[in-house]
Amino acid sequence: MAPYGSDGSTTGGETEERGAGRRRAARYVVPVTVMGVAAATIGLVPALADSGDPDLPAISAQRLVEKIAASDTQRLSGTVKISTDLGLPDLGGLESGLMSGAASPSAADGDGGSAADPTAHLTELASGTHTLRVAADGPDRQKVSLLQDAAEYSLIHDGTDVWGYDSASNEVYHSTVPAAGGSGDAAGGRRGELPATPKELAQEALKAVDATTSVTVDGTAQVAGRDAYRLVVEPKQKDSTVGSITIAVDAKTGTPLKFTLSPAAGGAAVVDAGFTQVSFAKPDASTFDFTPPKGAKVTEGDETGTGDTDGTAAAPRATEKALDGGKGLVGGKGLDGAKGLDGAEVIGEGWNAIATFDTGTEGLPTADAGGAFDGFLNSLGDQVKGSFGTGTVFSTRLVNALLTDDGTVYVGAVTKDALVEAADAGK
Amino acid sequence: MSRAETYAATGAAARAPRALWSLGLLRNELLTTFRRWRTLALLAVLAAVPVLVGVAVRIETGGGDPAGGGGGGGPAFISQITDNGLFLVFTAFAATLPFFLPMAIGVVAGDAIAGEASAGTLRYLLVAPAGRTRLLLTKYATVLVFCLAATLVVAVSALATGALLFPLGDLTTISGTRIGFAEGLLRALLIALVVAASLVGVAALGLFVSTLTGSGIAAMATTVGLLITVQILDQIPQLHALQPYFFSHYWLSFADLLREPVYWDDLLRNLGLQALYAAVFGSAAWARFTAKDITA
Repeated sequence: MAPYGSDGSTTGGETEERGAGRRRAARYVVPVTVMGVAAATIGLVPALADSGDPDLPAISAQRLVEKIAASDTQRLSGTVKISTDLGLPDLGGLESGLMSGAASPSAADGDGGSAADPTAHLTELASGTHTLRVAADGPDRQKVSLLQDAAEYSLIHDGTDVWGYDSASNEVYHSTVPAAGGSGDAAGGRRGELPATPKELAQEALKAVDATTSVTVDGTAQVAGRDAYRLVVEPKQKDSTVGSITIAVDAKTGTPLKFTLSPAAGGAAVVDAGFTQVSFAKPDASTFDFTPPKGAKVTEGDETGTGDTDGTAAAPRATEKALDGGKGLVGGKGLDGAKGLDGAEVIGEGWNAIATFDTGTEGLPTADAGGAFDGFLNSLGDQVKGSFGTGTVFSTRLVNALLTDDGTVYVGAVTKDALVEAADAGK
Repeated sequence: MSRAETYAATGAAARAPRALWSLGLLRNELLTTFRRWRTLALLAVLAAVPVLVGVAVRIETGGGDPAGGGGGGGPAFISQITDNGLFLVFTAFAATLPFFLPMAIGVVAGDAIAGEASAGTLRYLLVAPAGRTRLLLTKYATVLVFCLAATLVVAVSALATGALLFPLGDLTTISGTRIGFAEGLLRALLIALVVAASLVGVAALGLFVSTLTGSGIAAMATTVGLLITVQILDQIPQLHALQPYFFSHYWLSFADLLREPVYWDDLLRNLGLQALYAAVFGSAAWARFTAKDITA
């Protein structure tokens, strides 16, 4: 019978009992081989795909910086992967609570506002790895989406409307902004740029370029399938905790595609934000259309934006502030976290800038929260002594803060010793 | 035996009858599987889940409050059901994919070979000129058809419940854009196919376990036990380096089809992983089954 003859697997094992053992074992070679090939593919393909930096004509650092400045990419869409490792103690939910408290006074009220409030979501970016989708079409229409498990948080700016949509809770946040063209203030200007892209981070870093900084071009790289130059920005001052900032700049458009901030102490990057996929074509117009779904709870910006004394929209401001978590650390000039507090002044210049302000209380500002919490905060910091007295230093991988016992705070992207020196000098 | 006659009649041309024979075998297998009370009970349980979810949401929101208000708790998409019944399909998948669906697959796959062995019918199946490889392939095909059937049962039940209890219409994707109802239905179908494909790995694993033992119950219990173990391991953060290789790791990526534009990365990873599981455990099952002494 033909089927018998051609189908070797049918009865071979039964008719030749003797030599069957070896043949049986041999069959297991197949699954093992499949697994081996799969393992090799998983291991090798990224390595092969990585091979070879693109060949691009040499360019001076000066020209490259000019290229970034001249770049006016208005239309873009893509996927951004952002990893942040600030070295904050892992406090779980408490951490994000503290972060959002720092980012926006309105969120700290614990008003139980909308789940679609941008502040709560965008401060998530301050730790861990996240995938964002960005799209922009001119200064009037932008969208940032934070991808979550089976849900997404989108912030959509379309003309004068800013919508926040949290698909997990089906809640909508809405506020209005003046049209980007009509507003000449700084906030309006910034809103006109691409949100949450490596470009914004890069521009912030380049603001700090002066005598205290060395800027070099260090070869080329492939980012999101595009050829790019690598611009390396390094502080010359030794007290800075910033090791280097690497910006991959698209060779054709001058758009920064990847931003990496490495700490001076070494180890993994503190902030690593880059496109994994990018397109400079005009995004689909429907991307920016948003109508609140039927039945979704809509919160107007004014209801939650109680902290916005200047009347501008809470949403873009919150976006900026959330990003400042990373950005503020970039240059000494950008210590936005401290800027918002009254009476802050900046000591030093360039990368060594230290912001200082008086909390007005003795010791830790949370003393009224009870001794137990006090002790808890103390355990997070190191006690230091100097001619200024004693204080506590709270360290992260990038930013250090010194809180003296008489209630003065010194914050900067500098080493602990530099903080103590600054405190000594301040006395 | 009609297929034996078919076979005898066209014996000269070897290829065509073999294909016919395989089809006949597959049809027999399908009929046997889908006529079992056990299979029908599994499908009934699967169909009941969306009905239960739908009725619960309907009762809870009877007063007009949107479901899951503020918390975002429960399975994904549950807060959108009240506005659009189509979301019940997605919620039903999010609720059944982690456990009910793979459990049903585990039962059917685990029973495939071991069940025949424990009932003493496996040797009779092998007497027929099918060949063990072809019998194994037929069994696997049957399990895959069951995967698709189980998924579609969940989808249809959810769609019917959703249409009865809630309004239908244009839907808002999780990215905030709007798509028409027709495209929404299309995406629901696509999601059903992806969910069915997500079960291919468990099916192969169950089939392999089924060739290891002569007891149908043992094979089903082992498969379902493995499923639970992997699901638990997938929740332990310390194992994050291993987790991308667990068959259940990307299961919920079907939700990425509701983003605009669709985010393919995890979807493709899921399909690739399922194909890998099918290849590894399918060939392991083949190695075991074709070399095994059939005593029952």
